[in-house]
Amino acid sequence: MSQVMLEETQKTAVDPSAASGPWRDAWRRLWRHKSAIAGALIILLFILLAVLAPVITSHPWDGKDLYNRLKPPSSENWLGTDGLGRDLFTRLIYGARISLFVGFFAVMGSMVVGSLMGILAGYYGRWVDMLISRIFDIMLAFPSILLAIAIVAILGPSLENAILAIAIVNIPTFGRLVRSTVLSIKEEDYIMAARAQGMKDARIIFHHILPNSTAPIIVQASLGIATAILEAAALGFLGLGAQPPQPEWGTMLAESKDYIQKAPWTVVFPGLCIMLTVLGFNLMGDGLRDALDPKMKQ
Amino acid sequence: MWTYIARRLLMLIPVLFGMSLIVFSIIRAIPGDPARAILGEKASDEALAQLREELGLNEPWYIQYFHFLGDLMRGDLGVSIRTGAEIAEEIGPFLAATLELTFVAMLIAIFVGVNAGIIAAWKQATWFDYISMLIALIGVSMPVFWLGLMEQWVFAKELQLLPSTGRYNVREPIEVVTHFYVLDTIITGNWSGLWDVVKHLILPGIALGTIPMAIIARMTRSSMLEVMKQDYIRTARAKGLNEFWVNYKHALKNAFIPVLTVVGLQTGLLLGGAVLTETIFGWPGIGRYIYDAITYRDYPVIQSGILVVATIFVLINLIVDLLYAAVDPRINYK
Repeated sequence: MSQVMLEETQKTAVDPSAASGPWRDAWRRLWRHKSAIAGALIILLFILLAVLAPVITSHPWDGKDLYNRLKPPSSENWLGTDGLGRDLFTRLIYGARISLFVGFFAVMGSMVVGSLMGILAGYYGRWVDMLISRIFDIMLAFPSILLAIAIVAILGPSLENAILAIAIVNIPTFGRLVRSTVLSIKEEDYIMAARAQGMKDARIIFHHILPNSTAPIIVQASLGIATAILEAAALGFLGLGAQPPQPEWGTMLAESKDYIQKAPWTVVFPGLCIMLTVLGFNLMGDGLRDALDPKMKQ
Repeated sequence: MWTYIARRLLMLIPVLFGMSLIVFSIIRAIPGDPARAILGEKASDEALAQLREELGLNEPWYIQYFHFLGDLMRGDLGVSIRTGAEIAEEIGPFLAATLELTFVAMLIAIFVGVNAGIIAAWKQATWFDYISMLIALIGVSMPVFWLGLMEQWVFAKELQLLPSTGRYNVREPIEVVTHFYVLDTIITGNWSGLWDVVKHLILPGIALGTIPMAIIARMTRSSMLEVMKQDYIRTARAKGLNEFWVNYKHALKNAFIPVLTVVGLQTGLLLGGAVLTETIFGWPGIGRYIYDAITYRDYPVIQSGILVVATIFVLINLIVDLLYAAVDPRINYK
């Protein structure tokens, strides 16, 4: 292969301006994808509520008022009050901060570690692949929520430990995905050309392989945030995640479940918030998959 | 095919070893003194020393691991700190309760999911298709524990149609034979008991089955749409075959293979979901057994419970893989 062709091939692989064609196409497809837009709007709504919480509500999230326990929705308390007389709407929008934070950071953690492990396994193959793939197999041998429970049982219940547990249990999902992508990419001509040119492994991985594995990672990240939010809420509900009085949605459900007949709003709204946020990320993930991988859609 | 089965079984060995190592480290990885973490800050030095002795925590970790493995090989799962009973004996009824619930949840999920998927594909781009797929999408995003609470509120507390907790009405005890109460009531001919047990299974069964139901419905629909494009379906239609038979006999037969994989994978995942469902519905299954153990810091039970569930999970996945290979002749075993 001549030097000119080699440079051309590498340019297509790494140069964002040269690769903007497929990304622009994907963006256009995403814009036309109705459910992805719906998902994005739901996510945006919750992000806005979370960020603007102190502006939207004047109630403190932990402002107990025992004279106003379990009050139904009213103009003063839009979604009613909980068992300790705290404003439910305020707690829910502050809770959005926690859920989005958990979803984002847990997925960031599993994405970084999982991708690195997947790249190492896929790129180096042989015993490295064997070892890493077996670790993934072992981790996937546990139902994820159970593994998360085991980790929290070791470390002790807290929001930080729940994030860590969720990040750990989702590592193999990203790892396997990236490994299979790397396996298919590393046989491409431009990688062989880079190797023939004497390029170092680290440079090949970070400049050529990683940028070309981004699409499936982005899709998985969106779907992963949905799972992470559900898992965090489940751990919170079991008393193994965020601890009271933190306004985490799962923890709020656990606190209110005994009032279900007397004050159903205390149970209905936190659950709806979990469901809507998860739905938003699922819709977005489905849309991203269709946009970034048109083959899959067919 | 035999080579494939042998290889698949061989691959199981490192996984089982790794699982035992993870479960083994649950007690050992507790920061600080595990005995104090279990017995609490106020425990006496004698009690702490005794517990360390019982759990073998005084020995080096690799000796402890070999003892642990040896015990597992003999079917010894340790002794519960809370009840003092042998876990291997105690766990049976809990496991039966979970398996019964999981089976019912899967039956509901398959029945509703497959039919919804077929009809959605058959009536593609109609209101039925849109609504059932929207419900399926909401279904996968639903927190199981919240759905359980909603069911209890509407069907048990407000409408009082179904019982909200437990496996049977405690005022009318059941003669226990296998610990699978549906089976037990049939064996003993206790028909009113059977009706009672079935009523107790409905709400937790639906709650646990919702996510797999939604996934199966989506999978069946896309799989059916794929098959409906094939020539043999056109031929079946061309010879004037009733649309019902085209869908349910000709198409479903081929569309079912990917659905089968999803069914298998979801059955394993249901075991994880059971922890949440059982906690809400007071279902005395293995999920609740583990949850109670966490509350009481009964680490031997947490270890063994998780190990048992993970082993079943691995075995179900193995069976699915083998079934998949057996059902689809296009799969290359080499």
